[in-house]
Amino acid sequence: MNIKSIIFDFFTQIRSIFITFKHMFDMRETRLYPENPIYLSPRYRGRVVLTKDPNGKDRCVACNLCSVVCPVSCISLQKSQDKYGRWFSKFFKINFSRCIFCGLCEEACPTSAIQLIPDFELSDFDRKNLLYKKKYLTISGTGKDHKYNFYDHCGVSIKKKYMYNIPINVKDLLP
Amino acid sequence: MTSINYNFINIIFCFFKTLFIVFIIVFCGAMLSFIERRVLALFQNRYGPNRVGWFGLLQIVADMIKMLFKEDWVPSFSKSFLFILAPIISFISLLLVMSIIPFTDQKFIINLNIGVLFFLIMSALSVYSILFAGWSSNNKYALLGSIRAIAQTLSYEVFLGLSLMGVVAQSHSFNLFDIVYSQKKIWNIFPQFFGFITFFIAGLALCHRHPFDQPESEQELADGYHIEYSGMKFGMFFIGQYISMIVIASMITVLFLGGWYGPYLPKFLWFFFKTFILILFFILLRASLPRPRYDQILYFGWIICLPITLLNLIFTAFLILLY
Ligand code: SF4
Ligand code: SF4
Repeated sequence: MNIKSIIFDFFTQIRSIFITFKHMFDMRETRLYPENPIYLSPRYRGRVVLTKDPNGKDRCVACNLCSVVCPVSCISLQKSQDKYGRWFSKFFKINFSRCIFCGLCEEACPTSAIQLIPDFELSDFDRKNLLYKKKYLTISGTGKDHKYNFYDHCGVSIKKKYMYNIPINVKDLLP
Repeated sequence: MTSINYNFINIIFCFFKTLFIVFIIVFCGAMLSFIERRVLALFQNRYGPNRVGWFGLLQIVADMIKMLFKEDWVPSFSKSFLFILAPIISFISLLLVMSIIPFTDQKFIINLNIGVLFFLIMSALSVYSILFAGWSSNNKYALLGSIRAIAQTLSYEVFLGLSLMGVVAQSHSFNLFDIVYSQKKIWNIFPQFFGFITFFIAGLALCHRHPFDQPESEQELADGYHIEYSGMKFGMFFIGQYISMIVIASMITVLFLGGWYGPYLPKFLWFFFKTFILILFFILLRASLPRPRYDQILYFGWIICLPITLLNLIFTAFLILLY
C-alpha cells in the first residue's frame, strides 16, 4: 500500500460520505400507505372474484379446471346441473388463508369467470372468515372481460336450445 | 456549626446537580436512539419510525415499555455474576467521563486536573464490559464478538491516547478547562488536524460505531457480544452505546472544537450545538460507509493511523520547541 493509494482511498471515503449527505435533500421513497392510498394496476393479482356474463348470469360452468390447477388446492367446488343441462357450481369456496395469488386459476378458466382484482387488503382477525363462499366471491359485473360470453363462441347445443343459438365460428381461435 | 450546615447544603446541592446532569445525559442517550433512526432514514430516503406520537416522538416510550416487560433472562449456562456485571460496566464507565466534561466554564461537575487521563482510564475500563459479556455468555458468537472487540479496542486505544498528546502538549495541561482556554484564539482542529482525524477514528472504534462495529456485526455474528442479553440488560448495553457516542462527541468538542467558544450565542448552546453536529456526523458515517473486514481494521489502525499520530506528535513537539 503506497501513499498514493492511501490518499485516494481517503478521498473515496469522503466522496461516499458526501453522496450520502446529498440524499438528505432528496424525495423520500417511502409511501405512507394507509394515509395515501396506493394505486395498483388493474392486472395486479389480488383477491379472487367470480364474475357474471354480460347477461347477468353466472359465468362459472363448474368445470373444475381452476380447482385442479391451483397449486395450493384452495379452491373447492361442486358441480350441479339445472333442468336444461347447464352446469353450475353448487358451492364454490376459496380459502384465502392459503391462496398465493398466483393467478393460475384465472388463466385456466375457459369462461373467464374467475378473475383476480387489485385488492390486497384481506387481513382478518378470525381465520375462519378467510374462507369465502360463493355469495361473497361473486360480483355483479363482468370484471376485466366485458363482452366475453362463453356460449357465444362455443358449447354444445343443449336440450331445448335454451339460451344462445349462435353457431361455432370455426375460423376463430378463441375458445 | 454554620460551616457544617453550609457544607451539608453544598453537598446536597452538588448531589442534585449531578443527578440532574446524569438524568439529562441518560435521557439524551435514550432519545438518540430515536433521533438516529429518523436521521438515518433521512439519509436513506425513508421515513423511519413516525407512527407513535408526534413525528414518532413517543417511539422511545414504546421501546422502553417493550424492553422493560421482556423476560430478563440469565442463561443457566452463563457465569451469572459476570453476566450481570458486564452491562453495568458498559453503562457506567463512559457515563462517568461525563463528570469531567466542562459544558461551559461555569457548568461542570468536577474540575479534574487529570481530566484527559481520567477519560483514557475509563475508556480502557469499558473494554471489560465487552470482555465479561462475551466470556460469561458461554456462546460462541458472543465470544467471537468480544475477541474482535478487544483486539480492536486495544489497538485503537494506543493512538486514542497518543492523538491527544499533541493537544496536551500545546496547552501544557491535562486539565480540560485549560485545554479549552488554550483554544480561545484558534480551535485545535486546525493546528492539530491529524490528531483530530485519528482521535475521531479511534473514538468511533471505542464506542463501536459504524464502520467499526465489528464486535456486533449483525450479519455474521448475530449481534456479537450481547447476543444472550435480553430485557433491561440489553437496554443498558444499547443506551450505553449512545451515551458513549455522546461522550466521544463532547470530548472531541472540548479537545478539538474549542468547547464552549463561539460568537453571539450563549456558551452552553455552542457546546450543545457542536456536540450535536458531531453526533449527526457519526450517524452520517453509519449511513454511508460499509464495514471493513476484521483484519483490515487492525491493519488500518497499526499501519496508517499509528504512524500518522506519531508524526503529528513529533511535529507538534518540534514546533513547541521552536517557539
Ligand atoms: S390465485 Fe393461485 S392460489 Fe389463489 S386460488 Fe387461484 S390458483 Fe389458487
Ligand atoms: S375454471 Fe372457471 S368455469 Fe371452471 S370451475 Fe373454475 S371458475 Fe368455474
